[in-house]
Amino acid sequence: MNFLVPLPVVMPLFGAALTLMMAGRPRAQRTVSLTVLTATLLVSCALLYFSTTDAPLVVAVGGWSAPLGIVLIADQLAALMLVVSSAVTLCVLVYSIGQGMADGHEETPLSVYHPTYLVLTAGVTNAYLAGDLFNLYVGFEILLVASYVLLTIGGTENRIRAGSTYVVVSLLSSVIFLTAIGLIYGATGTLNLAQLVERLDALPDGLRLILQGMLLLAFGIKAAVFPLSSWLPDSYPTAPAPVTAVFAGLLTKVGVYAIIRTETLLFPGGRAAAVLLVLGLLTMVVGILGAVAQSDIKRLLSFTLVSHIGYLLFGVGLTTQLGLSSAIFYVVHHITIQTTLFLAAGLIEKRGGSTALDKLGGLARLSPVLAVLFLVPALNLAGIPPFSGFIGKLGLVQAGVADGGVLAWLLVGGGILTSLLTLYAVARVWNLAFWRTPPASVPAASRSLLPPLMVAPTMALVVFGVALTVVAGPLFEVGDQAASSLMERAYYVRAVFGGGAP
Amino acid sequence: MTPNLVYVVVIGVLFAAGVSMVLERSLTRVLMGMILLGNGVNLLILLGGKAGTPPIVGAGPEPEMADPLPQIMILTAIVITLGMTAFLLALAYRSWAMSGHDEVQDDVEDQRIMQLAERDEGSGTDDRDHHEAVR
Repeated sequence: MNFLVPLPVVMPLFGAALTLMMAGRPRAQRTVSLTVLTATLLVSCALLYFSTTDAPLVVAVGGWSAPLGIVLIADQLAALMLVVSSAVTLCVLVYSIGQGMADGHEETPLSVYHPTYLVLTAGVTNAYLAGDLFNLYVGFEILLVASYVLLTIGGTENRIRAGSTYVVVSLLSSVIFLTAIGLIYGATGTLNLAQLVERLDALPDGLRLILQGMLLLAFGIKAAVFPLSSWLPDSYPTAPAPVTAVFAGLLTKVGVYAIIRTETLLFPGGRAAAVLLVLGLLTMVVGILGAVAQSDIKRLLSFTLVSHIGYLLFGVGLTTQLGLSSAIFYVVHHITIQTTLFLAAGLIEKRGGSTALDKLGGLARLSPVLAVLFLVPALNLAGIPPFSGFIGKLGLVQAGVADGGVLAWLLVGGGILTSLLTLYAVARVWNLAFWRTPPASVPAASRSLLPPLMVAPTMALVVFGVALTVVAGPLFEVGDQAASSLMERAYYVRAVFGGGAP
Repeated sequence: MTPNLVYVVVIGVLFAAGVSMVLERSLTRVLMGMILLGNGVNLLILLGGKAGTPPIVGAGPEPEMADPLPQIMILTAIVITLGMTAFLLALAYRSWAMSGHDEVQDDVEDQRIMQLAERDEGSGTDDRDHHEAVR
């Protein structure tokens, strides 16, 4: 079944080429993109099945065997991330098609939109599957370049302003990542992750710490970890709703994925654990305090996005198996919920004409469907039982209590406080946008103003988010399995080299 | 390659100049800083590999061959930097066409919330009249 591994990268890239050739034929473009992303989702599910029931799937690209060639590896963590990401990208694609049809293609110039969107998907999947640091860098670059185009699509003044910040910050993180790669290659003579395991262990402790710090810095910018997070709330909200949604769901999580991968595989032993925990706490608290101050829904959601990255760092920083498996569960939950909320914010913008809280009101009466579509993921994000947000936070709190250290307890407290403040922030949105008397700026037409193609994918993601609770048991098991193979580094090395590293 | 003082100094100078340019407000200068930084990184990667004869099997004794991997990585990095340079140039030009300059502006919403904070008022209060008065 190894032939499946490169498909999630190859198919979207091929689709991007096809849709680029079909510029000006929107119907054909839509068919190709939908087919490609559906196929990617199916392949990802197959990869998850095979990697959890059997060993990780490994492919040496072009037949050049590791460590000289590049390998693609689908282990449990990569496959799980692939499944969630491709499900989310597919839903957002349908949503953007719906929006494009409803807006008469103003928001999303389709001829550029589809190829770029598929390239973005290819970059994300490549980053997950990369078994080689340089290939990871290339994956990052592919997805970043596509994201630059998507963020500045249309080229309005606002988007150019926000895009400049985003592009420059991302470029800087890429430069830091590339520098780290250069230094690692200089120190070890390889970039293959499985081979690095042994060679990095042989390096002096101080040198290892510098390399670890540089990688953390590069990934920290991408994952929007405080104090490297201030670029995110400035740039994301200006993009079209589906673009913001897919960015919020995927881009920062690729950074988190890279942190999980490098921290467990390359630099175990938790030398940066305390730093990760402190940063996690600050990210949570500072992020959510930022959210409380906002008066625009999209910006508020961007701040909650930053804030909840802190939970993921919490899980990674504990360096225990329970912490790691809770973090993996939380990533899955967070990708789904944050995307859903941004899609719902897009629907609010469509129905109410704005996402500024002082221009909205009474949406619960005007559009009950929209109210449900916002309320369920909002409560889910805040961690109300029985939703998956609660389960993920519970797992993290349990892991923190089991650790028992002062920092861990601080994070448990910070996590609960953040959860409460998240509830406050989303409840404020609910009160202002959905409950009070609608101001004159909200169109009061009685017929539904929401295009069904935008509502359906949002609803699908809401249901998916709720279903995470139902399948929480098996999902936690997969996360646990992924965490245990991450902790046992030899598992990864064996998958690539069979015996020992050459 | 054995560390060579000239290379190390050149890399240092490129990084320092790049960083100071990136800190500017004008996008064109930031772009130049990025190019300098990119070249500094490329040289750094080059330092990571062994120097020697061309790495072609049969062209020379194998132990004396150069390490080809850093050069391949640099080629990839150069292509990526080229693409990014083109994109940043387009961005700077668009910014100039829209607003007459290419300086990165402060975030509008950020400033609004800062002003609210200075006057010690919350954002989006329930009391509409109060809010209208504020605006």
